[in-house]
Amino acid sequence: MAYVAIADRDHEHELHDPHTFITKYVWSQDHKVIAIQYSLTAIFVGVIALLLSGMMRLQLAFPDSFSFIAPQDYYQFVTIHGMIMVIYLLTALFLGGFGNYLIPLMCGSRDMVFPFMNMLSYWVYLLSVIILLTSFFVPGGPTGAGWTLYPPQAVMQGTPGSSWGIILMLVSLGVFIVAFTMGGLNYVTTVLQARCKGMTLMRMPLSVWGIFIATILGLLAFPALLVSAIMMTLDATIGTSFFMPAVLEAGMQNDHEGGSPILFQHLFWFFGHPEVYIVALPAFGLVSDILACHARKNIFGYRQMVWAIVAIGGLSFIVWAHHMYVSGMDPYFGFFFATTTLIIAVPTAIKVYNWVLTLYEGDIHLRVPMLFCIGFIFTFIHGGLTGLFLGNVVVDLPLSDTYFVVGHFHMVMGVSPVLVVFAAIYHWYPKITGKMYNETMGKWHFWFTFLGAYSIYLPMHYLGILGVPRRYFSYGPTEFIPESAQAMNVGITYSALFVAAAQILFFVNMFMSLRGKKSDPNPWGATTLEWRTPQHPPKHGNWGPSLPTVYRWAYDYSVPGAAKDFISQDEPAAPGAEGFDPEHPNG
Amino acid sequence: MSILGKLAEKSWLTPSAAGDGVDMNTGPEPAAKTALALFIAVLTSIFFLFAVGYRMRMHQPDWEAISDPGLLWINSVALVLASVCMHFARKSALSGDIRGVRYALTLAGALSIAFLVGQFAAWGILRESGLYAVQSPATAFFMLLTGIHALHLFGGLVVWARAAARAWQGIEVKRIRLSVELCTTYWHFLLLVWYVFFTLLLLT
Ligand code: HEM
Ligand SMILES: [Cu+2]
Repeated sequence: MAYVAIADRDHEHELHDPHTFITKYVWSQDHKVIAIQYSLTAIFVGVIALLLSGMMRLQLAFPDSFSFIAPQDYYQFVTIHGMIMVIYLLTALFLGGFGNYLIPLMCGSRDMVFPFMNMLSYWVYLLSVIILLTSFFVPGGPTGAGWTLYPPQAVMQGTPGSSWGIILMLVSLGVFIVAFTMGGLNYVTTVLQARCKGMTLMRMPLSVWGIFIATILGLLAFPALLVSAIMMTLDATIGTSFFMPAVLEAGMQNDHEGGSPILFQHLFWFFGHPEVYIVALPAFGLVSDILACHARKNIFGYRQMVWAIVAIGGLSFIVWAHHMYVSGMDPYFGFFFATTTLIIAVPTAIKVYNWVLTLYEGDIHLRVPMLFCIGFIFTFIHGGLTGLFLGNVVVDLPLSDTYFVVGHFHMVMGVSPVLVVFAAIYHWYPKITGKMYNETMGKWHFWFTFLGAYSIYLPMHYLGILGVPRRYFSYGPTEFIPESAQAMNVGITYSALFVAAAQILFFVNMFMSLRGKKSDPNPWGATTLEWRTPQHPPKHGNWGPSLPTVYRWAYDYSVPGAAKDFISQDEPAAPGAEGFDPEHPNG
Repeated sequence: MSILGKLAEKSWLTPSAAGDGVDMNTGPEPAAKTALALFIAVLTSIFFLFAVGYRMRMHQPDWEAISDPGLLWINSVALVLASVCMHFARKSALSGDIRGVRYALTLAGALSIAFLVGQFAAWGILRESGLYAVQSPATAFFMLLTGIHALHLFGGLVVWARAAARAWQGIEVKRIRLSVELCTTYWHFLLLVWYVFFTLLLLT
């Protein structure tokens, strides 16, 4: 029997076209609707996490002035803020949101290969979010163990939420991982099996590459979190001692003996480091495509960019212990991990050079998405450089657990990916909604966010060098922390509140523009397939009666001799549209 | 083309003919197989990390080895036989013999259920010998490893039950071939995992 690709069963698709409101927008199996559901949910929890961080900043700037922020509240805010931002916002938004929307459209498929499982993935994700938020309403509140959930303190009395909160947290993570796995199997299989004719691996836009490799990282790394969550749940409920050592708790020996907290740290960071690249790689991919498009130039070193993504993905599994230098380890062990950590900076640096070289002599249009991408290059270089400091054991020891680390990871994994999220939303908003937003408002949003974020995180590096420790409720009179540090904290808080308020511009813009002016089907003159759908915005099944055929890579911008300054991937080679060979620019 | 060859493609050199260099094989069959292969990779990661945790926890001073119930040997034989039956079910499915599929598939499931019952009995034996206490890390790990493995086999049995029911309903062989092939791969994988875990438990 000859196989008929799922993607080619046109007539069946007609039959299954959803007709009621419920099948169209609620229990939808359309990847675009699922993508929007994922994104809106992620952004919703992201806003909660943002509010939590505002509360933390209030406490840090004005200690003891707010009756509604007790020490245990502060720890709960820190924990839930971090957890939401890393997992429930960024991971879900990049993979469940952008991955879902872009993979089928950019690869020229009708949908994900398993649409039902894709739908299930979103609803299970929503369940994990609900479980997480429920923990605010249980006795003792959510866990206050820090997003790293280190035992033994995570499950000991005295840590906020050590009875209910931590269990709900672990269960919620387990449920999230199930959701992610269902989605992830879909994304990878779709990329491998459902590309349209002519779409070779190396003709895929870098966005797809970034999301694809990040998903593989997630599939292999989330198990480590799952394993540690299962073992910690057992420790906390039935009293096993996988991670829990014997500890004196209020003068009494607890029921545990011999468990290894270090074992937890290894498992956690075996997940935790790849996780930072699960967030970074999709951002790398999206930035590459948006930069090339708005600079009207092919991406510099396409193959290197792909290889670097793959190399970073592989290396990210052998650097995890750089988070554990202060936990004590064999010096050779530390040497090994410092070396791998520095090696991973090489492919990362290659990517940065290539972005900059893509801009070089480009026909740069400083539109809103482009501004955000350029902002990303700044913050990412900044965070990458401080990462190099921390990767060296001797430099890390005094800096670990200070605000230097907070500055580092917010630059590299907070601000940078969020700038890319904004860039991507501004770039694809016309595609998703068919409407154009207000560009002036978008530009104000960029400058407020970019400069504001810098003024939050840059000073933190100085605090860290002074030795100000992270995760403290208040410092009181501490000898090595000068008065001026407190002044700086006040400044940081003002910036933070300002940046948070500036996001209102974004929401207002996005919301009002839904009824705004119609956009062009391809307003930026982009080459990739998602701009070539017969309807705008694309309908169920994406491509109308027949799938596109791809004839070229995704970066034929400003091809000499061509009629337009871009050639879409599905335009056949014709005289004057042969494409541009960057190795022989003069023909 | 090898994967390295694919990654070396100079995709900016626009080929002359439409769709040159297509390198995918579409269709529901390979998609399901790819997804299962990926899922097995995920499970390998999970099982591997449990095993690593076990090895690391062993080195703590409070570790006391336990003697594993002899019943595990019998259970292991049952699981091997289940895998063999799955293998025959697959062979029959590929050669279009629906009766072969029915019997081999049913037998494979029955043996797997026997394995699960046996594992449960092994827990009982541990409990009676007084080693059940959760405070003993070796016992806790024994339960954890066997439990996680059993849970995955149970998940497989849910899929198996559907496939077996369809086989007995007199469905065409080719419509059930894919399910049987996927079950077989999954069973062989879980057998392998069991042998690694069992060796680990025996050695320590
Ligand atoms: C050149 C690249 C990088 C190097 C060398 C590097 C190095 C390090 C080191 C050594 C630490 C541990 C600091 C400590 O706790 O004492 C750290 C923390 C961290 N890094 Fe990076 N990093 C790099 C890039 C990134 C990227 C790309 C991300 C995310 C997208 C990231 C996210 C984080 C996070 C979240 C933490 C803190 C985790 C915590 O303790 O809560 N890093 N980095
Ligand atoms: Cu790391």
